[in-house]
Amino acid sequence: MYDKTVRRRRAVLALLVASSLILLTAYFGESTSGGLHSVQRGVLQVVSPVQEGASRALKPFRDFFGWAGDTISAKGKVNSLTKERNQLYKDLVNERGATAENVRLQHLLDLDGSGLAAYKPITARVIGSSPTLWYATIVIDKGSSAGLRVDMPVIAADENSGALVGRVTNVTGDAAQVTLITDHTVAVPARVVADPHNNKPPRNTAQSPTGDVQTEVGQPNDLILQYTTRNDDIRPGDSIVSAGLCSSRVQGIYPPDLPIGKVTAVQDPGTDAQKVHVHPLVNMRRIQFVQVLSKRVNGNKPSTCLR
Amino acid sequence: MPALTPKLGLRLLGLGLLTVLLQVSAISQVTIAGTNADLTPLVVMSVGLLCGSVLGAVFGFVAGLFVDMALLQTLGLSSLVYIVCGYGAGRIRELRDPQAGVTPLAVGAIATGVATIGFSLMNFLLGVDAPVSFLLLREIVTTILVNTLIAMPLYALVRRWLLPVLPDDPRRRRRRAYTTGGLSPLSRA
Repeated sequence: MYDKTVRRRRAVLALLVASSLILLTAYFGESTSGGLHSVQRGVLQVVSPVQEGASRALKPFRDFFGWAGDTISAKGKVNSLTKERNQLYKDLVNERGATAENVRLQHLLDLDGSGLAAYKPITARVIGSSPTLWYATIVIDKGSSAGLRVDMPVIAADENSGALVGRVTNVTGDAAQVTLITDHTVAVPARVVADPHNNKPPRNTAQSPTGDVQTEVGQPNDLILQYTTRNDDIRPGDSIVSAGLCSSRVQGIYPPDLPIGKVTAVQDPGTDAQKVHVHPLVNMRRIQFVQVLSKRVNGNKPSTCLR
Repeated sequence: MPALTPKLGLRLLGLGLLTVLLQVSAISQVTIAGTNADLTPLVVMSVGLLCGSVLGAVFGFVAGLFVDMALLQTLGLSSLVYIVCGYGAGRIRELRDPQAGVTPLAVGAIATGVATIGFSLMNFLLGVDAPVSFLLLREIVTTILVNTLIAMPLYALVRRWLLPVLPDDPRRRRRRAYTTGGLSPLSRA
């Protein structure tokens, strides 16, 4: 009797482990249009309305914890933010003059001043997100029926700022999966926009070094700008924006000039191995709404390629 | 080890669905100390402790499948990790029959450790293109701590949910006999 129980227990365990391994191997071996992927999308299609309902119902719960966390972290930030605010007031006065001039020039050139409107953004609500440290993905409540397709770039805003957050990687009828730029499978071509206030020692602020922004697994709030060279003068405070792709054969996924983050530190500066740490502008764990850019403009090429 | 009755099966299925739904829709978006709690390994551990190794492993497999389906993750990865959690917790119950009140707390911490480290190892085996920071260890430790804090109440909830369909525990029966005026086997002797 005891032997039978032990044999049965071991058989069940072996069966379950074998099933997992078969699933894992089959999933890895097939293309994204394969059977298991289709089943997965089908399940998401069925589950997404429930998930959306649950997400809405549990919003007060999330908000409460968010508020508590914000209150604790806000107390520690008051002093530094007061200084930053004073500096920003000064900047704002200067910027307003420049903005007025810019608007006049845009009208003169007959350019579309609406910015992102040209990309036909589709607004969606976040209805789920991955709990693991390894997958930085969210599920949104819009899918192919709203015009979403795989590889569309996604932007989002939190209470501080808005920025590029990822791209659509899976689509069902009424839901889609967005893989965030903090996922280890994602790399975004990016360029550096020099901080005009950080010019000591002087540097050529027109220079715009490029590289790939990628996450470092385990540090979701710290992206790394890779493939810069020793001649690239990158400093803390510089902004990182998407670079677009200058290619006649391949179309870039991400439009140029979408903000991504700010440089927080540069390790080993002036060497080919310099490591540029970038803090994403948007807190990826707190995204509630996103906008999917559903239209490519000029093949997502930067303006320098169009000349 | 309790047999899988239709009522128990339904309760376990409901528990699995509810856990994944709650995790994906709410808990994953609540940040505590820079990370978020992960209910799934704790619920799998609780089922293992209450129902034994076979049901624990089966529940772990199904819960992992739900998670991978709901989040379009690599199918089978979470299942493999949670099978270990459920089976391990079940074996602890079968071999040691722990009586201490803090058992769920300790087993919860171990289950979360197995889940997070196992998940990382599996991802390493499958190949990682991005650099990996040592701070991943800090995140893993934080997740284990956060999960340890919620292990006891979560175990109590799972126990409450499953108790009506679980076969009567001999210990509970004995305790009830004493408190309702029945004679202790010792006094009868």
